[in-house]
Amino acid sequence: MHFTINGKSYEAEVDVRTSLLDLCREHLGLTGSKKGCDHGQCGACTMLVNGRRINACLTLAVMHQDDEIMTIEGLGTVENLHPLQAAFVKHDGYQCGYCTPGQICSAVGMLDEVRKGWPSHASADLTDVTFDESEISERMSGNICRCAAYPNIVDAIREVAAEQREVTA
Amino acid sequence: MTLIDKVLGRDEHRSLRMDKPLPDSLLDRGAQGVIGQPVDRIEGPLKVSGRATYAAEYPAERLSYGVLVRAPFGSGKITDVQAAAAKALPGVIDVITDYPSFIRNPQQGGEKKAPTQGVEKVDYHGEIVAIVVAETFEAARDAAAQVRIDYEPREGAFVFEEHRDEADRPPPDQIPPQTSQGDVEAAMASAAYTVDQTYTTPSQNSAAMEPHASLAEWKDGKLTLHGSYQMVASDQMQLAQALGVKNDQVRIISRYVGGGFGSKLGIAPESVAAAIAAKRLDRPVKVAMARQQVFDATVRRSNTEQRIRLAADHDGKLTAIGHETLASNLPGEDYFEPAAIGTHFAYAAENRLTDHKLVRLNWLLSGSMRAPGEAVGMLALEAAMDELAEVIGIDPIELRRRNEPEQDPEKKVPFSSRQMIPCFDRGAEAFGWSARKKTAGDRRGEWLHGMGVAAAVRSNMLQKSSASVELTTDGRAIVSTDMTDIGTGTYTILAQIAAETLGLPLDRVIVHLGDGEAPPAAGSGGSWGAGSSGSSVYVACEALREKLAKAMGVDADELTLKDGRAIAENRAVEITELVGDGMKVVGTIQPGHQEKAVRQASYGAHFAEVKVNAVTGEVRVVRMLGVFEAGRILNRKTARSQCLGGMTFGIGAALSEELVHDRRNGKVVNRDLAEYHVPVNADIPQLEVEFLDGRDHHANPIHAKGIGELGISGAGAAIANAIYNATGVRVRDYPITLDKLLPGLPD
Repeated sequence: MHFTINGKSYEAEVDVRTSLLDLCREHLGLTGSKKGCDHGQCGACTMLVNGRRINACLTLAVMHQDDEIMTIEGLGTVENLHPLQAAFVKHDGYQCGYCTPGQICSAVGMLDEVRKGWPSHASADLTDVTFDESEISERMSGNICRCAAYPNIVDAIREVAAEQREVTA
Repeated sequence: MTLIDKVLGRDEHRSLRMDKPLPDSLLDRGAQGVIGQPVDRIEGPLKVSGRATYAAEYPAERLSYGVLVRAPFGSGKITDVQAAAAKALPGVIDVITDYPSFIRNPQQGGEKKAPTQGVEKVDYHGEIVAIVVAETFEAARDAAAQVRIDYEPREGAFVFEEHRDEADRPPPDQIPPQTSQGDVEAAMASAAYTVDQTYTTPSQNSAAMEPHASLAEWKDGKLTLHGSYQMVASDQMQLAQALGVKNDQVRIISRYVGGGFGSKLGIAPESVAAAIAAKRLDRPVKVAMARQQVFDATVRRSNTEQRIRLAADHDGKLTAIGHETLASNLPGEDYFEPAAIGTHFAYAAENRLTDHKLVRLNWLLSGSMRAPGEAVGMLALEAAMDELAEVIGIDPIELRRRNEPEQDPEKKVPFSSRQMIPCFDRGAEAFGWSARKKTAGDRRGEWLHGMGVAAAVRSNMLQKSSASVELTTDGRAIVSTDMTDIGTGTYTILAQIAAETLGLPLDRVIVHLGDGEAPPAAGSGGSWGAGSSGSSVYVACEALREKLAKAMGVDADELTLKDGRAIAENRAVEITELVGDGMKVVGTIQPGHQEKAVRQASYGAHFAEVKVNAVTGEVRVVRMLGVFEAGRILNRKTARSQCLGGMTFGIGAALSEELVHDRRNGKVVNRDLAEYHVPVNADIPQLEVEFLDGRDHHANPIHAKGIGELGISGAGAAIANAIYNATGVRVRDYPITLDKLLPGLPD
């Protein structure tokens, strides 16, 4: 199998039973993505596959031949954090840190969905999506944080979204 | 290294016992200006970039994967473990059973002995009885599904209500099971106003995001276990005892813990299984519990049935408080949910009664979950106070004001510090409490709005704790202790304490946590972590200041330390010039006379506004404010986050969290995160938290009280009281789900 993960090319022989999450965590040494439930219920494993957020525990590695995969490690480094990673630090959008990589990857994917005008359950108008606190909360509800940094996660995402809009404008 | 060597060893040692109040703190005189500041977590960049390493993420040579096998029945005796099919699968190394050594259930926090061992006789559905080890996780998982457990079933107790009359009174634990003062019966009979109600709460699960995990590796007869544990020092002892080896043959490393909330206080079944398998196979074994196994076989908060009796005179002053609790646990386990732990001192009343009994059930272990006692006790007490305020016809805050005690109403000792009423007053102003309608009926479209309040109380505890602090030749401080950071902010607040007392910029303090070879700490539990481990760092740093002063030839009291320089007698010297070959002190704090001389606790007030859908019964939290006083706030950012987390736990307890046990076999029915409903982002509004300034001179030399569990205490009751204010429906059976509200809602 061939995968591109965080811009790097990987060739791997893969057990058909291996999830994309376990491929990264157990075979490639990329342990940034977390396993919280292995059932797509908590979101800790969220990665970006071809730009879209996905629960990596619910998808088999063999389904991703030649896919472009981005994990938390590819988003930024300790020395060079992605704006969302920096905003999570600034706003304390975490406590134990275990759901955090998934939250941040999910937020990256989510902001792109908003940019494309995809509506959510919280959208009042399906064709003209506004972006506010309730949209962030709704769209981030696939990522559980038991420490409950939710208000801080919302603040962190809101700040980055506002900066991005300024740049676009 | 033995424990004594670790503490006393060759390093200089300084110890402090809290035998008297200590009004003078270096933290109030520091020049660095970092204590209390809302600084970012120092380990934050590691966490957000996926580089913080949790237990199951360490590499190991020849690593093998273990998957645990559970007993698929609620009570009985194993007659055979049929493993041939499993062993025949490719990649499978072995299927290992060790009936006498496997632990039946996790240990409680802080215990120094092994938990109950022996799994041939099974006492609850899901008990861990075997481990499959394979070259890959996939092979081990498939093989585990092929293992068949044959057994002889036995009678079991699976339904709480059926056994509630057989409850026994356990021995004293966190509190005595039973206390009595005056005559509650007589006071109830003669009171102007009374409330006598029973509240029930279900079993709950901590549901920390990181499932329990252990990576065990033996080398030269010594076990190193990367584990996800909250209390390394006592966990090492428990594990050594369970394995039948000496304490110094076990080292636990727990640098990052993906949440605990009590569930990782004591060792859990995966640790012993991994260690036994690793020894037998002579290669490292990694076991990460499946989420379902966390629900099945770690620890739950007990369900409770709580009878609250309140009696008040014509002036609304309480004359009696009774709080009687039934909880549950496994046969042979004496831990009881101490629901009345806050009731002992929350309010004044001459006649008082508390009681706790255990119903013995074949359900998984019950033990500590965030704020054991207060978390569910205050759901009952604070709802009852709301009911009493209505019976009397006064504002619920006014009822609390009239019953504010001048001293501990049972022990008759002073409060170390107490600002419960100021918390209510500040909260009422900030929240707009005066706009609350006295009775239900604030309907806006489909939604019924209401507001509620509840008090927060949480006992403050100090535990013996040690840390070493080393000043290096290049002018950095290195803090080492086996203390853990489970998301609480330990890394950061210990760095802040060292930076403030030693006059160093924060980035020149390095903190090493969670390694069992470092000085033993209190561990993370009971909200004592910051006060205890923080004080051990403080004590070490105080001694280092004296050494610096001596090296400079000045009096320590005259010394100002700032930005890596020592300033005294009109001289300023770089501390690198004073440290010689480096200076190191091990500091230890321990509880003393102040534990009994005063009543120590932290306080707060919760304000909640909810809306309830009049058609569907759906409850939404509109806004919520918690005002807290917990002595010195060491870091306003991380402290606020602790309170946000606690309040959210409270919302979960009030509205959605409930472990359901199958009436036929005790099995946890909703054993995953889709069926056990913890709050998600959309359930939680932008909660607000305020702190009142405080200093507790009796608690410890840093004057900080516990905060990790304060936020949950009373939070759910504020939600329940708001629901009543919105709807006029009083639900006393938590969680308050829509099916319980619907029958009472207006047509």
